[in-house]
Amino acid sequence: MSQQFYVSPEQVMKDRADFARKGIARGRSVVVLGYGGGVALVAENPSPTLHKIGEIYDRIGFAAVGKYNEFESLRQAGVRYADVRGYSYDRSDVSARGLASVYAQSLGTVFTAEQKPFEVELAVAEVGATQAEDHIFRLTFDGSIADESGYLAMGGKAEIVQQKLADTWEPGATLAQVLKWAVDALQAPHQDGSDSSNGAESLGAANLEMAVLERNVVEVRGTHRAFRRLGPDAVQQMLASGGGD
Amino acid sequence: MDAHQRNVIPSLETAGSSSSFLDFVTQNNPGLLPFGRPLPAGQLPPVPHGTTIVALTFAGGVVMAGDRRATMGTMIANRHIEKVFPADRYSVLGIAGTAGIAIDIVRLFQVELEHYEKIEGTLLSLEGKANRLGAMIRANLPMALQGLSVVPLFAGVETASREGRLFSYDVTGGRYIELEHHSVGSGSVFARGALKKLWRPDMDAATAVAVAVESLVDAADDDSATGGPDLVRKLWPVVYVVTDDGATRVSEEALAAAVQQIVDRRMVEGREA
Repeated sequence: MSQQFYVSPEQVMKDRADFARKGIARGRSVVVLGYGGGVALVAENPSPTLHKIGEIYDRIGFAAVGKYNEFESLRQAGVRYADVRGYSYDRSDVSARGLASVYAQSLGTVFTAEQKPFEVELAVAEVGATQAEDHIFRLTFDGSIADESGYLAMGGKAEIVQQKLADTWEPGATLAQVLKWAVDALQAPHQDGSDSSNGAESLGAANLEMAVLERNVVEVRGTHRAFRRLGPDAVQQMLASGGGD
Repeated sequence: MDAHQRNVIPSLETAGSSSSFLDFVTQNNPGLLPFGRPLPAGQLPPVPHGTTIVALTFAGGVVMAGDRRATMGTMIANRHIEKVFPADRYSVLGIAGTAGIAIDIVRLFQVELEHYEKIEGTLLSLEGKANRLGAMIRANLPMALQGLSVVPLFAGVETASREGRLFSYDVTGGRYIELEHHSVGSGSVFARGALKKLWRPDMDAATAVAVAVESLVDAADDDSATGGPDLVRKLWPVVYVVTDDGATRVSEEALAAAVQQIVDRRMVEGREA
């Protein structure tokens, strides 16, 4: 029987957390912001097909950073959870809070029980009837869950992006305005860095993935699905309009 | 050995089916399905049955309409029932047969299409949707043998095309492409006769809606299980128009006008049929 060295639980957890944090910090950031007409999800993502943002259910959207295969399997599991729940009860009984707590449980279990923790951080957003009723949940690799008010940044140099959002974000903005705030925030780490090599590079529509959860979508569009992806053309148009305030 | 080889890439093995809500629920939660449970022997009491659905193509899409009556034996079980539903943005389905099971199959089918779209990020092709519906009807075959049959009619527009297409089914899940127009349910023979005389190539949407409503009026005339437009209660058929712009429900006002036109014309003519 091979002898096992004693490692304190604190050390095990710390090692796992450091490992996950490193993986998440390697990627690019994603921001989620509430605005007057709903919730906007914006990601820095050069790929037009490998999405970091997805639809879960009628009023619920999903955004993630980290390892693609890990958060993609979580997204699909979330869609299954929501669809089964909505089918067996009613569409209105699927809530972001329920989904977020299921995600938290899975992430927590994987963090302690599996060979390696998931290197992902998730956001679950739900659009409500008014901006005060919107919910944005942050789920981290260890299963912690946080109810964020109004906006959230994760992945990459998340603290810088989050700080930038904290400085600019206000409730009741228009979509073009929050898009501008989002792009400014996503660019903040580039400009902040000591290297000026890519500091001047600005984020264009080609490098942005964007979707919105629209408020009152039943009345406005006659559909129950609030999630709508915005193509590069629409994003470009909005960036050009500037969202001047 | 064979089983071992199949387990080499576990995620790929399951990936084929994981986009389907039906397959997922069948595996994990079969109790939720409207079909698939063994029925004990016994006499089934009368249950509501849905009746006539018509669908026809026009220039730019397809129209589907269904009457509002459900019958239970010789009794009218429901005057307000809706039997035509949007399946997703570009397709609609109508159902005839045992109402309780049919409505659950519709719900299941709607979730199936939306589930696929969310997981895969793209819409199913129209043929793909029609095949999934066929699989559900086939799964219901044991129930159909007990007298709880459901027969749908499926219609839609392939995205990025303006051509409407119709699919009919039998209780075994057989799927058949229909041209020009089709109808299912107890009044379908009479509706079909009317459609044969009224349908013209290259109609516009408004004419197609009027033709659909008139064929239902004719079906209600001869089939006691089909409900005609109810001028007293202001009950009109449920009519959906599908174009490459999506499926939209025809408004009550438009249907009231279409019905009034038919009634006025027939009043003036004052004929037997």
